[in-house]
Amino acid sequence: MAKKVSTAQVKHIANLANIPITTREQQELAAAFSETLAVVDNLLKIDIKNIEPTHQVNDLENVLREDKVDEERMFSQEEALANAARTHEGYFVVPRVIDEN
Amino acid sequence: MKNTHDYRLICGMEIHAELKTKSKMFCGCKNDPFHAPAPNTYTCPVCLGMPGGTPVANKTAVDWTIKLGLALGCKINLFSKFDRKNYFYPDLPKGYQISQYDIPFCVDGVVQTSEGPVRIRRIHLEEDTGKLLHTTVAGEKVTLIDFNRSGVPLIEIVTEPDIRTPSQAKEYGRKLRQIIRYLDIADADMEQGGMRLEANISLAPAKADELPKYKVEVKNINSFRFVEQAITYEMKRHAEILSGGGTPEQETRGWNPNTGKTFSQRAKEEAEDYRYFPDPDLPPIRLKKQALQRLKAELPELPDMIVSRWHTTYQVEPRFGELLNTTREQASWIDEIFLAAAKEGISANSLASAIVNRKIKTQVGDKPKDVLATYYAAFATEKIDASELDRAIEKVFAANPDAVAKYKAGDQKVIGFFIGQVIREIGRKADANEVRQALIAALK
Repeated sequence: MAKKVSTAQVKHIANLANIPITTREQQELAAAFSETLAVVDNLLKIDIKNIEPTHQVNDLENVLREDKVDEERMFSQEEALANAARTHEGYFVVPRVIDEN
Repeated sequence: MKNTHDYRLICGMEIHAELKTKSKMFCGCKNDPFHAPAPNTYTCPVCLGMPGGTPVANKTAVDWTIKLGLALGCKINLFSKFDRKNYFYPDLPKGYQISQYDIPFCVDGVVQTSEGPVRIRRIHLEEDTGKLLHTTVAGEKVTLIDFNRSGVPLIEIVTEPDIRTPSQAKEYGRKLRQIIRYLDIADADMEQGGMRLEANISLAPAKADELPKYKVEVKNINSFRFVEQAITYEMKRHAEILSGGGTPEQETRGWNPNTGKTFSQRAKEEAEDYRYFPDPDLPPIRLKKQALQRLKAELPELPDMIVSRWHTTYQVEPRFGELLNTTREQASWIDEIFLAAAKEGISANSLASAIVNRKIKTQVGDKPKDVLATYYAAFATEKIDASELDRAIEKVFAANPDAVAKYKAGDQKVIGFFIGQVIREIGRKADANEVRQALIAALK
């Protein structure tokens, strides 16, 4: 009954997250994802004819803040960069994402 | 060889503008990325995407988005929400951008241009991303990231594909920026990237109803002139491909102002797949009708309304009015001047024409009485005594017997020559019309 997740779909999802995975991992994840979907499919058994769809489950609405600067919570540059793998003159550094010369 | 006349432009625009709230969209960090003293000085756990950071929406940013919607005649969704747009790129530390997907705050508006209405499909509120700098450090190609801009409130205004010419695209962009500035919700500075333009361009056969099966997106254009040039360039490029039997590739392109050409920016092999879903950190927003009424009442008089009011109240032609309301400051200054002119019985339209055509030198803020004095000095005429006028006419006739003979022989054009000579003879600002009447009478 449950749809099977293909290795192609797993590859696509891994690409979107930029996570390299091996062929073997693709197969393992395809099986695991299919199992997860099968569990979620149990929800199909529930009669929802009289239930309104919702975007959330905590019943909150209109949680907003006034437009005020909260300096207490702001980081110094040093704090902001504290956990970065690499920095340069106050910037975070990552491998070049666009090759433009 | 076919050319662009065989096709018609089908174009829609997406414009982003950073709101000038004091704080960021979902955290209390300072929103002032262009004036920050150094990179990464206006950040916190929320806009750095740290685990546990909890976003809370900025009420002012929500209000301002709705105000823009009201100014553009949009319907406002009383129930709205924020969604996560998932993609992996270093300008977004969370791995997703908080945006709005299926229920934006505003839908179905319109911006009027001289070439026809441009319908607004939607306006939504989202967060800006960090700024990337592609460079080389110690011989290695790297990308530097500054998160001062990360989380700055950003509105996106999307049109229907109603734009039919490159100049209309430019006019639409300018009008939208003018309205945004009237509302005082964004600086919309193009050079710094506070406002960014995107055009979706395709061509359809001129004589067919069918819509094109492709579209090309030209992104990150930072001037209205460039958007006009980029669309003109794309129209030629598409016409060539289409007339050769091909279809332009559906892709994203950039605009190079130095070469005057667009270039392919295609990097993705796969279709975009953002996996939107409602952001569980941000409860939905339900607006009360009263809140909407309050925002509506706060709207200033908008540029088009000012032009038509000047037309009705002071008979100022819209073509002048449109050039005198570029900013709110200018419009209210002009309002004072028109009022003062009306009191003195000066034609507001002649005054507007003189200001627009720079016949008199003025600048926003000049005192109305000074502007009127300048106008008088440049244009107003003095009442010339009839005997003085007659003496001047006699003198001119005596000095130019040939011209008098010409006139009497039927050459009416010499009257202009006489008018000039008489006014010069008087040496003051005589009314040319009065002089003409006196001349005609004298020549009988």
